[in-house]
Amino acid sequence: MTSVKTEKIASAALIVGVFIVWEIACLVFGISEFVLPRPTQIIFTLVDRWPALMPHAVQTLYTTLVGFALGVSAGVLIGMLIGSSRLAYNVAFPLLVGFSSIPKVAVVPIFVLWFGSGTVPAILTSMIISVFPVVVNMATGLATTEPELEDVLRTMKATKRDILLNIGLPRAMPYLFASLKVAVTLSFVGTVISETVASNKGIGNMMLIASSNFNVPLVFAGLFILAGLGIALYVIFSLIERRVTGWANRKTEFAMG
Amino acid sequence: MTTNPVPFARVAPIPTAPPAPPPPEPQRKLFIELEKVTVSYGKGETATQALAEVSLRAGEGDFIALVGPSGCGKSTILKLVGDLLKATSGNVFVAGREVGAQDVRIGMAFQNPTLLPWLTIRDNVMLPLKIVQPFRADWRQKRKTEYRDRAEALLAKVGLKDFGSKFPWQLSGGMQQRASLCRALIHDPNLLLLDEPFGALDQFTREELWGILQTLWIDTKPTVLLVTHDLRESAFLANRIVVMSARPGRILVDEPVAFARPRTIDTTYEPGFTNLTHKLRTLIVEARGAAGAT
Repeated sequence: MTSVKTEKIASAALIVGVFIVWEIACLVFGISEFVLPRPTQIIFTLVDRWPALMPHAVQTLYTTLVGFALGVSAGVLIGMLIGSSRLAYNVAFPLLVGFSSIPKVAVVPIFVLWFGSGTVPAILTSMIISVFPVVVNMATGLATTEPELEDVLRTMKATKRDILLNIGLPRAMPYLFASLKVAVTLSFVGTVISETVASNKGIGNMMLIASSNFNVPLVFAGLFILAGLGIALYVIFSLIERRVTGWANRKTEFAMG
Repeated sequence: MTTNPVPFARVAPIPTAPPAPPPPEPQRKLFIELEKVTVSYGKGETATQALAEVSLRAGEGDFIALVGPSGCGKSTILKLVGDLLKATSGNVFVAGREVGAQDVRIGMAFQNPTLLPWLTIRDNVMLPLKIVQPFRADWRQKRKTEYRDRAEALLAKVGLKDFGSKFPWQLSGGMQQRASLCRALIHDPNLLLLDEPFGALDQFTREELWGILQTLWIDTKPTVLLVTHDLRESAFLANRIVVMSARPGRILVDEPVAFARPRTIDTTYEPGFTNLTHKLRTLIVEARGAAGAT
């Protein structure tokens, strides 16, 4: 127990330490705020400009969450389709790998071409970037289900649907959640890329404008907001994961709860 | 039970030939029939033959123990009857129909406990009630009341009274195996397939569970196929002991066991019992030797 506590204190200290070193380095070497603003400057800008930043943050969060939700739904469905049969798994995997190796930045212009600039291409980019990790993990989780566990249900004359609901899906949950944590951060990347390229709203757009005005502290404030949102969503999914799939980690707190 | 009438019922009664006549064996309807069943794993040159033209018949309500050297295809027979595996050639009938097509409630306990790690012990035990008819129809209404009590009662019987809310991985291997036995029994199966269900247990727990299983069998008379390595276990529980040869499995001896029921642990120390297990032991040693020689 104490070692867990020590670890937590240490990682908090590391975060604070990085900011302190950053601050001191900027002061000692006299780094201009046009190159690298000090953390205190960034935080000051963040607080000072918050009323103006807030709508952008809300826009980015909204776009990301919609894209992420669509991406996860599509990913889970495709993953179930591919993972539920060995044939589908083997046939579809090469195509999937091909798709997932396309840099997603490259599809933004296509979406803009199709749907114009604004929220829609951002949502689509965020969706498409989060789909693949979910598909791959979902399919792997289903495809690697121990045959012995399926046998338990097969002796009961369970239907394919029973087996999927009672064995396949619960078994795939740890895989799914592992991919959700990756996908949600990727979703932000997708949104911001698209906002940077073609939008008049959102943190990505705000940062682009700020940098063209050489308002570097504001650019960094945008980064801080993105980091904050990303961390918040990651934490939320970690907490849900712990409740839902604690069995996979043999978590005692899961057992008690 | 709604077992379909068996078209070729009334086969010769199971040979029992009691030395000291126990209560007369009822004439049994044919329930399981394996007809020259061969099973090979793999294809071509690398194929291993697990069973070679095995024919076996079991009457309704019979208790058959399958013994033999390891790797002789005992578990394969269970998988065939449980419809987890298709025979390479030959036929398997259960309740007068092609295996899989019949309307029989099967309870199966595997060599490994195979409990679902995301369910509590209680929910694991209740799983068949969620899947198998007619229990399935009332699952929503009864899972918090009647079914739950049923699971708890069964768990208490095997000494897992306060463990219903635990998760499988919080229990020892032996406890998990007992829970898995409960799961095989909860839905009143009329066909029980037990694959070394007591393998990981200490002798005293094991003997206790023999008693429980025997009582249950006397009460509800399911047909039981039990795979075991323990000759005392087979002689204590079964009506017939089928001894198999080393791979590819063949049936060497089909030995009736006529001790009166209910048998007690003391029965296992009687001379008749010891003679029987000794005889079986000799047969299996020979079977192993024959495999080693070729």
